[in-house]
Amino acid sequence: MVHFEQELGVLKNTLLTMASRSEAAVNLAVEAVVNRDYDLAQRVRADDEIIDQLELDVDEIAIRLLAMAPLASDLRLITVAMKVSQNLERVADEACKIAKRARDLNQEPPLKLALGIPRLADMAVQMVKRALDTFVRQDPAEARSLVPQDKEVDALNKQIHRQLADQMIASPDTITRCLNLMVVAKSLERIADHGKNIAEEVVYLCEAEDIRHTGKTKAPAPPAGEMPEQPGS
Amino acid sequence: MTTANETVAPPGPPRPAAPKEKASMTPGTNVPALTARNLSIYFGSNHVLKAVSLDVPARAVTAIIGPSGCGKSTFLRALNRMHELVPTARMEGEIRLFGEDIYSQQVEPVVVRRRVGMVFQKSNPFPTMSIAENVTVGLRLNGMRNRATLTERLEESLVMAALWDEVKDRLDAPAISLSGGQQQRLCIARALAVRPEVLLMDEPASALDPLATAKIEDLILELKKDYTIVIVTHNMQQAARISDYTAFFYLGELIEYGSTSRIFTNPTKKQTEDYVTGRFG
Repeated sequence: MVHFEQELGVLKNTLLTMASRSEAAVNLAVEAVVNRDYDLAQRVRADDEIIDQLELDVDEIAIRLLAMAPLASDLRLITVAMKVSQNLERVADEACKIAKRARDLNQEPPLKLALGIPRLADMAVQMVKRALDTFVRQDPAEARSLVPQDKEVDALNKQIHRQLADQMIASPDTITRCLNLMVVAKSLERIADHGKNIAEEVVYLCEAEDIRHTGKTKAPAPPAGEMPEQPGS
Repeated sequence: MTTANETVAPPGPPRPAAPKEKASMTPGTNVPALTARNLSIYFGSNHVLKAVSLDVPARAVTAIIGPSGCGKSTFLRALNRMHELVPTARMEGEIRLFGEDIYSQQVEPVVVRRRVGMVFQKSNPFPTMSIAENVTVGLRLNGMRNRATLTERLEESLVMAALWDEVKDRLDAPAISLSGGQQQRLCIARALAVRPEVLLMDEPASALDPLATAKIEDLILELKKDYTIVIVTHNMQQAARISDYTAFFYLGELIEYGSTSRIFTNPTKKQTEDYVTGRFG
């Protein structure tokens, strides 16, 4: 049991390291776009390899733990850790995509257009950050409250896409830049999706309720009484 | 040994009687295979089972788990009146088999044990008997003499116990010539020969290697199509693999009872969580 507890501790620490690096990668990528900073964009790509390795590490530890046949909250933690790490790896991939587009955008003059990208970036970063906070604090109520916020991100992304499409029609010379910004916006929207996914996993971790694809964001009512119903009744 | 159905059940909080999740009952009826109500068992002054209420669904596997000394084997033995073999045993409460009170004065213990078969932890074939004699001994003790029927029931039981193909050419060989796993399946065949309605299993695979254990587990899953099975096991993974419902006992009390998938992924009681995650005590 001591060995199991130690391994479980290693799993949590590896996942938290990965979470911290993924969150930092998103922040750097957004900064690279906003500040037109080539060096920051390069750092994001370099960090991605470390995050990929951390994902492999999490899976390896989780499989070792699953071989010990864990049950109940241990089983949930291990399976959730594998899913969260997969989401974090994809968050880092999206950060890489943003960084790549940031480098491309830096090659051209800035587009003078009032876009909601900084706000979208802030929403996506907050979504991931708060989802990870709920994981650390094991706070299913907060995790549930995050899920519907993804819709606001989706709406803003759509609005930005419409603005960029209009811009491309009006000024064909900005098409390349607009397309790069569309990819940036889409990546931010995907990052928020992963934040939502992590929040849903936190609900499963804490309450053993799978709320994915259900639209359920409210906690279930407590059972009416101690005595369960009769089978077959 | 006294039965005391008329005694008042000890006071205390209501205890789980049935799994929260719906289960299959006897086809056409709404009666659980076994029903225990406020079941208390004492050995002398030792109160080993405390007001347990539990419904065992028909044609399903119900696993009883819990630490050593929690009363799970005592509960199992009470289900076919085997605990009465202990001179100091005393019981309060009620157990019904498909609605019939098995402790009623009109019911013979031997009849109960024919309807509710038992397989023990250690395989216990009769050492001086052949494979065939071991399987049919219960029938012969019940007065069956017809050779054709005995032969038919012998094959039927060995087939059901997934042993027929391995022993059909040496039915007269001594039972103790079989391997440990085969001996255990022989004991299951012996229990099945009298066509019981319920099969109780007390750690039936704990002395077997993984291969023999897998055969017993496959057999249990096959048998549940026709039988109600209650199994005591210390092996939580085994309970997870083969049972539909799991009951957790601790210090003589039924702590939690529900579908196995729920008990092993999301138990509601802290004691259950601590036990299944190995953090007990």
